[in-house]
Amino acid sequence: MTTFIGAATSRIDGVAKVTGAAKYSAEYNVPGLAYGSIVTSTIAKGHVTRIDSSAARRVSGVYDVLTHDHRPSMASTDKAYKDEVAPTTGSPYRPLYDNEIKFSGQPIALVVAETSEIARYAASLVEVEYKPEPHVTDIHQERKSAIPVETPSSPFDAHFTPPKMRGNPDEALEQAQVLHVGEYFVPIEHHNPMELFAATVLYDQGGKLIVYDKTQGVQNVQRYVCSVLEMKPEDVRVISPFVGGAFGVGLRPQFEVVLASLAARALSRPVRVVLTRPQMYALGYRPAAIQKVSIGANRDGSLNAITHSAITATSQYEQYFRQETGWSGLLYKSANAGYEHRLAQLDLPTSCDMRSPSAPTAIFSLESAMDELAIELKMDPIALRLRCYSDRDQNNNLPFSSKALRECYQKGAEAFGWSKRNPQPRSMRDGGDLVGWGMATGIWEALQVPITVRIVLNANGTAEIACATSDIGTGTYTIIAQVGADTLGLPLENVKVRLGDSTLPQSPVEGGSWIATSVSNGVVTTSRAISDQLLLLAKTMPGSPLARLGPNDVVLANRRLQSKADATRSVSISDVMRSGGMNQIVQEKTTNPSEDTSRAHNTHSAVFAEVKVDEQLGVIRVTRVVSAVAVGRVLNKKTAHSQIMGSVVWGIGMALQEETVIDHKLGRIMNANIAEYHVPVNADIHDINVIFVDEVDNSNPLGVKGLGEIGIVGVAPAIANAVYHATGKRVRNLPITLDKVIA
Amino acid sequence: MITFEYARASDVPEALRLVAGDRAKFIAGGTNLVDLMKVDVERPTKLVDITRLPLSGVDRLQGGGVLVGALVRNSDLANHPLVQERYPVLASAIMAGASGQLRNMASTGGNVLQRTRCPYFYDTATPCNKRVPGTGCSAIDGFNRNNGILGTSASCIATHPSDMCVALAMLGAIVHVSSLSGDRQIPMADFHRLPGDTPNRDTNLESGEIITAVELPAVGYAANYTYLKIRDRMSYAFALVSVAAGLIVEGGVIKDARLALGGVAHKPWRNPAAEVALRGQPANTATFSGAADLLLRDAKGYGHNTFKIDLARRCISRALTQAARGTPQSQSNKKIL
Repeated sequence: MTTFIGAATSRIDGVAKVTGAAKYSAEYNVPGLAYGSIVTSTIAKGHVTRIDSSAARRVSGVYDVLTHDHRPSMASTDKAYKDEVAPTTGSPYRPLYDNEIKFSGQPIALVVAETSEIARYAASLVEVEYKPEPHVTDIHQERKSAIPVETPSSPFDAHFTPPKMRGNPDEALEQAQVLHVGEYFVPIEHHNPMELFAATVLYDQGGKLIVYDKTQGVQNVQRYVCSVLEMKPEDVRVISPFVGGAFGVGLRPQFEVVLASLAARALSRPVRVVLTRPQMYALGYRPAAIQKVSIGANRDGSLNAITHSAITATSQYEQYFRQETGWSGLLYKSANAGYEHRLAQLDLPTSCDMRSPSAPTAIFSLESAMDELAIELKMDPIALRLRCYSDRDQNNNLPFSSKALRECYQKGAEAFGWSKRNPQPRSMRDGGDLVGWGMATGIWEALQVPITVRIVLNANGTAEIACATSDIGTGTYTIIAQVGADTLGLPLENVKVRLGDSTLPQSPVEGGSWIATSVSNGVVTTSRAISDQLLLLAKTMPGSPLARLGPNDVVLANRRLQSKADATRSVSISDVMRSGGMNQIVQEKTTNPSEDTSRAHNTHSAVFAEVKVDEQLGVIRVTRVVSAVAVGRVLNKKTAHSQIMGSVVWGIGMALQEETVIDHKLGRIMNANIAEYHVPVNADIHDINVIFVDEVDNSNPLGVKGLGEIGIVGVAPAIANAVYHATGKRVRNLPITLDKVIA
Repeated sequence: MITFEYARASDVPEALRLVAGDRAKFIAGGTNLVDLMKVDVERPTKLVDITRLPLSGVDRLQGGGVLVGALVRNSDLANHPLVQERYPVLASAIMAGASGQLRNMASTGGNVLQRTRCPYFYDTATPCNKRVPGTGCSAIDGFNRNNGILGTSASCIATHPSDMCVALAMLGAIVHVSSLSGDRQIPMADFHRLPGDTPNRDTNLESGEIITAVELPAVGYAANYTYLKIRDRMSYAFALVSVAAGLIVEGGVIKDARLALGGVAHKPWRNPAAEVALRGQPANTATFSGAADLLLRDAKGYGHNTFKIDLARRCISRALTQAARGTPQSQSNKKIL
């Protein structure tokens, strides 16, 4: 039965969120709570030679000032600091561990006081002396010394290292009838979630910690805190039921949780640490990327060769990278393909995952290059993409489990009115504005990961579904309830969902667009176990109408267990349970996705953008966006629409506004606040039309692919291509600010 | 933020008595002062709350002008019938700035007194002559996209961020000031300072003085005006360049002209020579370009912000075109007219 799956359903946690009943990590208040304020480094590299906290300690209400030489003990091995998603290569940053400075904004002291105001004031009195060393924070300066990404040492890494070369791309490029070579740049960007990172750590008499932390993975944080503080697993519980946006920066445990836990142990009392907005810029970022794309084509638009080389930013102490280059040879058919990926090691924090890691930057480069190629070939941009459409993943020589990208092009173009486009740049006008229409393709992965779901079914016809996964604002609570209601045959309001607690059944971090697929199919698995148990009980009922039926012959619907073939043969769930003398049925099942190595799993999109550009002043407005996405089955049309629309808004920001600016002389971010780091405001956003293209996929029982990330991929190049169409000006480095247009 | 004393004044003399002392400051809306206190840039030991002072009137003056009390909220001023009818350029400039919430809090006097803006001024970890005289200017060789191109010095290239003040400068407003030793009036053009060697001083207001009102002269240029603000997003961003323009045009010939720029200097930038050059000229593109060239003759870029010279030239030309046509820039529809 699918009454709820797919239906546009409002968030079941919506009322709690708008009324304040939903609590976030900085909102758990307990008697005796102390407040920590972080002192951060003002230099980018070197050592702390002296910390004088005497003035801070003299302030009335200050309990303690923690520093690297005044803190509880911490683990001393790299391994202890490697969380579930830490880069394989490198030594993770250890908060407050020693006197070495690895980046500007690094925590070097924590002032703990009776109120947050006292802590903050006292923190301003901590005096620090440094021995600075020369630093480098400019990726352009490091392009020659960038190091190749290492040969994969694990399957995890192999997923991210460049695919194998196929054919002879260099020779094929030389022989190409038409050759396009372009270099593209995307600057460092920050996640800027609305909710500040915060941890409230409760301390009980026996030394156990209850940690309320802003995170995308409570169990990842739980294991990390245990290993860093050398505590037993049963002594640390991490809770994070609601997350006010994270977008990847909450995947790895961050320093707020270490500092708050250290302070709680040092003082044997509850402690809260909330980061300031500027401190959020020291957590991680989308790596800046210098990318070169070369495409060799035939006159008919078929491709001979495609090469993609990238230099991306990471820290000096860890090698973070994702699959930056492989998208090019995956998306388009080309017999020859080559890839190269190097890392620029900078005196910054380690870069990290940010909504669709690598794809928005890589696809900006590829899809800008494809637009330039279409112009050289005098071909319509869609016609070119259809000419080199690939039905196989050529990197791995596999068919796709499903790929309705053709339908995305078609439905998107139709909704946008693409056929009315005059291909000539500067040919379309609206009064004093130049009008530009551009398009681009998007691609992302459709992954499923092992996950465990527990269902408690009560005899009164209510159920609770529990899993440790987080809802980072995407609507996970709601889709779980929808799937649970359908598979348990209950009304939606009878299904309660519990998430974000490390004591709940196992879940990996919520990222990579894999949770919706994993947890929804996990609910199917566990519901099936519930159904099986109910059937066993039902068969024992006197005169049971289900007596001769097997597990595959029955279904839960309308609060009853009924025969699939004959709905009149049924028994109510309550009757079955009472008859069996049970008040509750509990099932906990792990769903291990079958390792499907025979097919490639991806989501796709076609993005169309209209810009209006003031010819004299270069001011760009994105007046229309159509995003047609193929993501398998959509679990909730309302929250899914919101996800894609939000992604498009972010894509507009990426195209026109977002840039973390570093003063390379100081090695310091100079726009570490949301007044000067621009993201779109309402006035920047106009019409956004989201289309879900029908796509049937049998990779999992529900046919779900996940859509948290595909929506941003392709937006920036669609806009860049529209700006070119409007103005005749090709901007290859983001963001496309007006000075680049009128230059 | 440091701890501070708080006192509330009920009239101007009391406020002036309470503020005596080096590190005392007046607070009205607090939209700039509190921000700066949070980041430890302003460290007053005492705040004198002046929001109860009787300075919230908008009154007609003999001779045709209007006197705006220092505590009139930005939103109220922008929506006041007298301002909308006679000084629409001022209403437009206010609406181009900040956000609804900030405009509801910010006062007229406080807007005039807001500190200049520069990322280094706000970051106590970096050298800045304005914050700590003698430490050097980080912006000159650093990140200076939003910094000044006119009237800068080797000590400072910060910009005054106010939109309202650009319109006040264009109108030739007069700032009314009181102190325990008497009252004085300071023309808007002389109120804010260029950085020179003392960038720590933004204005010529002396310690112990309070702004009581801002006087708008009789001529409001209500028929031919515009406020054109160009920024990196469509709202809630400081101006890269803004232009307040007012013209009196008869038979296609400019009889009188007023022009002020925002986002380009340590103060709202007005150059009477450019206005003189416009007078008696036909209201056309060549005339406008000439005025723009004159205004920007001494402009100097510092790298990131060099584009602002060309942008300012284009903005001046566009703004004068909007003013001459009687099609002022809308602040709600972001399409540039």
